[in-house]
Amino acid sequence: METVSIRVESLSRKWENFSIHDINLEVAEGEYFIVLGPTGAGKTLLLELIAGFHKPDSGKIWINNVNVTSFPPEKRGIGFVPQEYMLFPHMTVAENVEFGLKMRNVSHAERQKMVKEILEFMGLSHIRNRRPMTLSGGEQQKTALARALVVKPEILLLDEPLSALDISTQKKMRNELKRIHKELKITTVHVTHNQVEAFILADRLAIMKDGTIIQTGSLEQVFYKPKDDFVARFVGFENLFDGKILETQGSIAKIDIGGVIIEAVTEKVESCTIGVRPDDIIVSKQLFKSSMRNTLKGKIADFVDMGSLVSLIVDVNGVSFVALITKRSFLEMKLKKSSKVYLSFKASAVHVI
Amino acid sequence: MKKKWFGEKSPFIVASATLGFLMLVFILLPIINTVTLSADKLGTALMSFEARDAIFMSFYAAFLATLFTFAFGVPLAYVLARYNFPGKSIIDASIDLPILIPHDAAGIALLLLFGPRTIIGAGFSSIGIEFIDTLFGIILAMAFVSSPFMIRSAEEAFKAVNPDMEKVARSLGASNFRAFLHVTFPLAFRGILTGCLLTWARSISEFGAVIILASVPVTAPVYLYNIFIDQGLSAAVVITALLILMSLAIFVITKLITAKPLKPAYY
Repeated sequence: METVSIRVESLSRKWENFSIHDINLEVAEGEYFIVLGPTGAGKTLLLELIAGFHKPDSGKIWINNVNVTSFPPEKRGIGFVPQEYMLFPHMTVAENVEFGLKMRNVSHAERQKMVKEILEFMGLSHIRNRRPMTLSGGEQQKTALARALVVKPEILLLDEPLSALDISTQKKMRNELKRIHKELKITTVHVTHNQVEAFILADRLAIMKDGTIIQTGSLEQVFYKPKDDFVARFVGFENLFDGKILETQGSIAKIDIGGVIIEAVTEKVESCTIGVRPDDIIVSKQLFKSSMRNTLKGKIADFVDMGSLVSLIVDVNGVSFVALITKRSFLEMKLKKSSKVYLSFKASAVHVI
Repeated sequence: MKKKWFGEKSPFIVASATLGFLMLVFILLPIINTVTLSADKLGTALMSFEARDAIFMSFYAAFLATLFTFAFGVPLAYVLARYNFPGKSIIDASIDLPILIPHDAAGIALLLLFGPRTIIGAGFSSIGIEFIDTLFGIILAMAFVSSPFMIRSAEEAFKAVNPDMEKVARSLGASNFRAFLHVTFPLAFRGILTGCLLTWARSISEFGAVIILASVPVTAPVYLYNIFIDQGLSAAVVITALLILMSLAIFVITKLITAKPLKPAYY
């Protein structure tokens, strides 16, 4: 068993219009943990409880085996990046980064050295003397990360770190977060409503709704074996794959997703992430003629009965697809585990991210 | 965008403009009239020791009153800006009371509490602080009537600083107090400075509450009143003009400091 870095036990708290009840979580050391849920689920409140900005009504929080429930935020060894970054507008980039070191009474010489290092690590050296209001969204985000990381926190808490950025910057920052995590191996809790972020970044994730955690597990567990209808709808609605574009003919590209080739409408030319909604996939037992450009042959690896709908996990040459069909057609086609099926979907139903 | 009013000819606009102009005349004419009547004598008035002492006393006492309201008002403003608690609306409403009640009534209310024959007055008296006809009395009266300006300005300034900014500071190892000192206070500084200037200016011009508690040492408004009573209207004109110009100067300085737009960097 890996070392547990954050343990949350029966945590409850009511605050203004938000509340969370009986939250239990464990985040392993060095893990990138994502809390995924819709707006108003209480994600930020949970994060701020871990950070110590609120006192829980009941429950306990451990960080690296220390019960920090009654600790103020400054004694918890956390790095915190709030939504919209909250850079100090009256300080330059370097001064923002230096702030935490000053608060920890690090000597001047040592501070200069550490600030220089982290600015280089984050690629911010050229803007060290700029004020936050003159920075782009991505630069602000990086500065906020540098400010949080320079004090070498035991855990890093990120509140919707990408949602204030435009799409192309989001993608860059996702990679940046991945790089930072890979190099620093810092235990990270990242709160988001965006399943793509979860898919790309998470080692493990928790799905949150109405102040409770519905499901916790690895990507595969949560994305491909959603526990209930809500989780299925919230995360399972995207078949997400990292792909490599092989060739492009007109607007149609052939994309390799781990051995399976699918066709999509895109102007991209290199690597990409693609998503297919499970309800855009038509499941059949026989091959049939249609205008749909993608027809894949696979085998049912598993299925989840969700009442009126059934979620199928279909293995296509080692790549798992999720498809949603009605209970009725599931029964009519007499599907079961290991049944052979064809998955068909239009090139235009493939979302290239 | 504001409408260009001069292109309009509707009776409503014409009436508004006329009434508005009369209002403006009503405000400005007495001031301009007083100043022009005494323009040539302003210099000599300033030469009078009594006038200079009175003006100095007003500035000095108002400065101390500002320090006092700063020390107690800014913390109150911070609490009001940051926290919700039962009874907050009552506290919130009571802050404006000093503006609403007649200022001589405020002076009498203070006298009833801090006078020499009261428990509080006796307590202060035992440590050498008297409020009747002393500098302390002037400060007390000034601080009472001008405190809302300090509290409200500071409260607005604190509200404009996103609380998440403090959270970040806390997460970086700052205690409550250091987060306030290094982040919230600098960001709210201009608003608080405005509060100080308004408090100071309002204190300088205070007459009603001051004269009830302390007719000496003589402050500028009290000096003007004494001249008016003892020597009549014509003698009072110059001092009046002087006080008006002084207030105007303070007003201009306040405007200069506050007019610089706050950069919306923390939204």
